Amino acid sequence: MLKDITLGQYYRANSVIHSLDPRIKLVGSLVYMVSLFLFNNLISYTAAALFLFFIIGLSKVPLSFMLRGMKTVIFIMVFTVIYNVFMGTGTVIAEFWYFRITYEGILNAACMFVRLFLLIVGSSLLTLTTTPNQLTDGLESLFSPLKIFRVPVHEMAMMMSIALRFIPILMEETDKIMKAQIARGADLESKNIFVRVKGLLPILVPLFISAFRRAGDLALAMEARCYHGGKGRTRMRVMRLMIRDYISILILAAYLAGMILLGIRCKGFMEYLVPELQCAAHVVKNWVINLF
Amino acid sequence: MDNSIIQTNQISYDYVRTDENGEVESVHRALTAVDLKVSAGDFITILGHNGSGKSTLAKHLNALLVPTEGTVIVDGKDTADEEKILEIRQCAGMIFQNPDNQIIGTVVEEDVAFGPENMGVPPKEIAERVKESLITVGMADYAEASPNKLSGGQKQRVSIAGVLAMHPKCIIMDEPTAMLDPQGRKEVIRAARALNDVEKITIILITHYMEEAIYSDRIFVMDRGKIVMQGTPKEIFSRPEELKKYRMSLPQATEVAYRLKKEGIDLPDGILEKKELAKACVEYLAKKKQEV
Repeated sequence: MLKDITLGQYYRANSVIHSLDPRIKLVGSLVYMVSLFLFNNLISYTAAALFLFFIIGLSKVPLSFMLRGMKTVIFIMVFTVIYNVFMGTGTVIAEFWYFRITYEGILNAACMFVRLFLLIVGSSLLTLTTTPNQLTDGLESLFSPLKIFRVPVHEMAMMMSIALRFIPILMEETDKIMKAQIARGADLESKNIFVRVKGLLPILVPLFISAFRRAGDLALAMEARCYHGGKGRTRMRVMRLMIRDYISILILAAYLAGMILLGIRCKGFMEYLVPELQCAAHVVKNWVINLF
Repeated sequence: MDNSIIQTNQISYDYVRTDENGEVESVHRALTAVDLKVSAGDFITILGHNGSGKSTLAKHLNALLVPTEGTVIVDGKDTADEEKILEIRQCAGMIFQNPDNQIIGTVVEEDVAFGPENMGVPPKEIAERVKESLITVGMADYAEASPNKLSGGQKQRVSIAGVLAMHPKCIIMDEPTAMLDPQGRKEVIRAARALNDVEKITIILITHYMEEAIYSDRIFVMDRGKIVMQGTPKEIFSRPEELKKYRMSLPQATEVAYRLKKEGIDLPDGILEKKELAKACVEYLAKKKQEV
């Protein structure tokens, strides 16, 4: 059952987005995330969403596949929405006990929801179209200027890629150890949480021992193959920016500039919608009163 | 001229166990005065049961360990010379027992590229070497596969390709088949023999499977840190009593011939393969018939 877990959520497809330089994609998603916090108005949100869906379209990742990844974060989103609805200040619609529902609260909640949604979809697009290896390489290259300050960038990237390589192996091992311990009478499926936590111990100890042994073996194997740190090391795949990468830099710059402009020119979300909403609420209220 | 590629002169090695204060707790002598001479292009097998010191010896041959006493000369370089270590490891590659613990890359070709990358080979040449080595071991179709999805034999062949891409003169295989199924064992031994025949690479195979030893040019038998027997396979397997003394078994055909001989059937010494055995039996029967 542990085998089913796939790390990262790479979706194999042949698209422009997939073939972009990982560094561009990393910077791109960062820029997009930052851009979401530059504004607070409806038009800008629409523009940001349109831009994102345009990129998703280019990436050939099915929308359903993307939304499946949202399941895990839905709790956080719902929590944010509820928090914002009840904790807002401003024009009150309904009030009970400690909670107050306000127009501003509802709007804020909606706005946070959209923002979070775009944020998560935008960042998952990165991991969906980039293999963990490319990500590691991209990060290593992007952070390589930090080497001047003696940050062990190469070593960290190497650690990351080794971790990626060994996660499935250790998963399999955990599975084996679990079965071995169940065969010896370990109770791993007890309803009592204390029993279950206690049952983890005989799994973790052998797992750690074997992981250390593996680490020792691997270090030996790496040394035997002339590994001596990042110094004087070359790479088989050299990352070089292609025309498509330069074009995407331009598109990204244009997007950022556009968002900043929109953010300045458009009215804030609040001033924009509060009167309309108040009006709508009034209409609904009258309608309800008339009904009875 | 001397064409030996590896030569050890009276090497001894102590595993020293120290306690927390750095004081010597116990000393275990794993190797005692080992003399080994390997000529370039040879296929050498080192036999020995567990704890005979064969793995310790292997680690000396590419400078993972430096002898406590004596010297190891690899391709004219002393392994005690720190500055020559990388050259020595490039010249004498090493394959380990556990196929999982020596694959560093998350993709097959990336792993094969690891050695040359460490050596600072230019990117274009690395790609060529990777392709070449994968073709040599018959794994070219799996260049982009994840190592986790390969069988044990395939993983070991990838490891061999990884060493091969460093263009070594000699490959040391430390029980490469110990964790494999019969099919995988066959694959790996076939690959090793092909390297020796076609690429003229010196192979030092460490094993406890007698069947794997019969094709080698020379066999060394180790027991308790010493080399106790050496010679061609025919010479070694002609001395079954001595082998049994060192807790070694015989190849199947040799064992059968040995027992037949004990029963008074006159067969020649040093039968290694089933075909040989069959031929010898037929000859024996024909002779018997003539006598009658």
